[in-house]
Amino acid sequence: MDDLLDQYDLVLQAFWLTIQLSVLSGLCSLVLGTLLAAMRVGPVSVLRGVGTTYVTLVRNTPLLIIFVFIFVAAPNLGWFTDTAFLTLGVVTVSLYTSAFVCEAVRSGVNAVPLGQAEAARAIGLTFAQTMGSVVLPQAFRAVVPPLASVLIAMTKNTSIAAVFGLMELTGRMRYFSNNSADDTVIFLVFAALYIVLVELISAGAIVLERRWRAAR
Amino acid sequence: MNTSTVLFDTPGPRTRARHRLYALVSGVVLIGLLAWLVWYLYDQGELEYDLWEPFLTPAYLEVLWQGLLDTLAMAVLAILLAVVMGFVLGVGKLSDHRLVRWPSWLIVEFFRAVPLLLLIIFLFLGPAGLTSYWSVVVGLTLYNGAVLAEITRAGVLAVPKGQVEAAYALGMRKTQVMVSIQLPQAVKIMIPAIISQCIVALKDTSLGYYVLAPGLTTVGRQIWTEFGNQLQTALVLAATYIVCNLILTALATWAQRRLVGERKPIVHTIDPGMGQAGPGLS
Amino acid sequence: MRHIQKVRAAAVALALAAALAACGDAGDDSDEGADVEVQENAADEFDDGTRMKELADSGSVIIGVKYDQPGIGFKGATDDMPVGFDPEIGKILAADLGIAPEDITWKETISDNREPFLQNGEVDLVIASYSITDERRAVVGQAGPYYVTGQQLLVKSDSDIDSLDDVKGTEVCSVTGSTSLENIEAEGAKPRGFDTYSECVDQVLNGRVDAMTTDGAILLGYAAQNPDQLKVVVDPFSEERYGVGYSQDHPEMCEWITDTIEDAQEDGAWAEAFEATLGKSGVDTPEPPAMDECPAA
Repeated sequence: MDDLLDQYDLVLQAFWLTIQLSVLSGLCSLVLGTLLAAMRVGPVSVLRGVGTTYVTLVRNTPLLIIFVFIFVAAPNLGWFTDTAFLTLGVVTVSLYTSAFVCEAVRSGVNAVPLGQAEAARAIGLTFAQTMGSVVLPQAFRAVVPPLASVLIAMTKNTSIAAVFGLMELTGRMRYFSNNSADDTVIFLVFAALYIVLVELISAGAIVLERRWRAAR
Repeated sequence: MNTSTVLFDTPGPRTRARHRLYALVSGVVLIGLLAWLVWYLYDQGELEYDLWEPFLTPAYLEVLWQGLLDTLAMAVLAILLAVVMGFVLGVGKLSDHRLVRWPSWLIVEFFRAVPLLLLIIFLFLGPAGLTSYWSVVVGLTLYNGAVLAEITRAGVLAVPKGQVEAAYALGMRKTQVMVSIQLPQAVKIMIPAIISQCIVALKDTSLGYYVLAPGLTTVGRQIWTEFGNQLQTALVLAATYIVCNLILTALATWAQRRLVGERKPIVHTIDPGMGQAGPGLS
Repeated sequence: MRHIQKVRAAAVALALAAALAACGDAGDDSDEGADVEVQENAADEFDDGTRMKELADSGSVIIGVKYDQPGIGFKGATDDMPVGFDPEIGKILAADLGIAPEDITWKETISDNREPFLQNGEVDLVIASYSITDERRAVVGQAGPYYVTGQQLLVKSDSDIDSLDDVKGTEVCSVTGSTSLENIEAEGAKPRGFDTYSECVDQVLNGRVDAMTTDGAILLGYAAQNPDQLKVVVDPFSEERYGVGYSQDHPEMCEWITDTIEDAQEDGAWAEAFEATLGKSGVDTPEPPAMDECPAA
């Protein structure tokens, strides 16, 4: 415990890095995942195939191996050699998470009853109006819980960046538990920091869900 | 298959022609990209036989095969233990006694929120001092057990209420109702979700890499340390994982049809992907 | 169902392809270390109740070494035995117990699992570029030093870094849990902890990090592997004294390890082991270091 208090700045730095990784990866994978979902539900068959293939391949590969591709294999080919570790970590986590975001968004869109859109079109709403006032609000509401799960899992998955040189929370815990006998205390402190992030996402999801439920 | 969706009307002949054009264009771009990629890899010398040779050499195939067996053994062992833990905690969370319910809730929430890698490192280096193999197995068990506890709870709650009421009406006691009425039916509903959880566990065995546990990724590292063929090794490992996971996905889909029917899967909000009997995000 | 069939067909095709093409013969150049003379009737030499007696009687010993440090301890995926200076020292010790090299069980250790391995008896000895420190001696026994080296930097041949001041603000990698990483962080470098040295070297080679730091002996091995691309710079800025780790449950092992290594230093086995391993990277065989006294039992 003394070690942690003496070097609290190292813990805070690590926490900040985990937050950066999570927030940036979260934003990137939301964008990428929505694009992928658009490809998968869109009318163009080739793009549907690309989207489906991407999701299938990425979802079935361990994130650690995707890290190997981006952090070890690609630089050997001369790619990303000047890219910051944080950026590359965000790229890796986003490539992986976007496949799951895609599925969450797609399930959300599919959760909107077909009749809703048909009715909207039948009463003469334009495509934009149909989307904006009928389909998307319902899709968002359906998408919040699975998306929250995805983002929580993603936050925990940023820990794998520790294996590839990023001194975020998990990397720091290893550093500290190597230098101290209070392994249990150290573990609980670092676990608590992750739990804070996870609970923040859960709380955010609950707030959003409530707000949109009231709008019904 | 997409004749009609919420997003757009069934396209007419002119739109269909336009979509065909888009498909053609994107297809050409895609083929161009793939061709460029192959050319690029060739140009960089990444397709040279030397770099792929280990994967055609019996001795290395044997090592990889052993790695795959270790990986599968760890995943299966962990899931079996996790099912037991999930049953205990899942039923515990449904208990009428606060002293049982609260600790169960706390354990489940804790192990679901802590990154598996952090847990594995703690088990490996901490006071538990487990071997690398058991750090991975126990870590996987604790995490997946917590997830399966939620699945158990959802499965038990998904059993129609009438069943329980009928059982009570017959004079069964609480434990009897749980053991002989609710759990057996819950298990049937849960099996596809459990198989999907196997996929998560299988993918997570790769974390053993960080603590030198046996398994595919550790073997892979030994190979690329020797030959400097990181890209090739990673491709082979990824392909191995994907094949295994697709087999499991097919199994889960089959079990879903066979045991649960077309009814919606039980656990939509707990872990992504699980609802579709697909791989979860870990 | 179509799904399953497709997968099955793919699996069969893969297996066939593997069977047909399984004719490669990668990685066939075996590299034997120096020969050791195995003591006969070794068990008689030790007193009853000592750990050495137990090991000699059982005819096997488990030694933890590194698998990813060329020159120090390295093992390919299909090799039976690791090669390097550390395994050679292990063979010398085992031979004194009457255990032939092929009867030694080798275990891979990484920097931060060496103490747990000794404490819970997963290995009998750790000979894995294991620097002697007071913190470590508080939890495990360390006999030695059998080799002395110091922390240096490994950089690309065209790098500008040539003094310790140059590392401020640069990214320097080493192994998570090593003292080297802490030392370089103290010098103002951004630490990049990796799992093993080999990954760290890859990062230097492909330019992701500016330098790698750890004991000179390890760096020289890598520099010798890639003489055109890598060089070792900076005078050693720490003293690392490699020791043999043993469990504190068996303090009697210290005297035995010290005596055996001193004998090997005198009769030339130590120098032979060095020349067959680290010496290959072009380092002259140094004077063997003087061993520490063992703590009074």
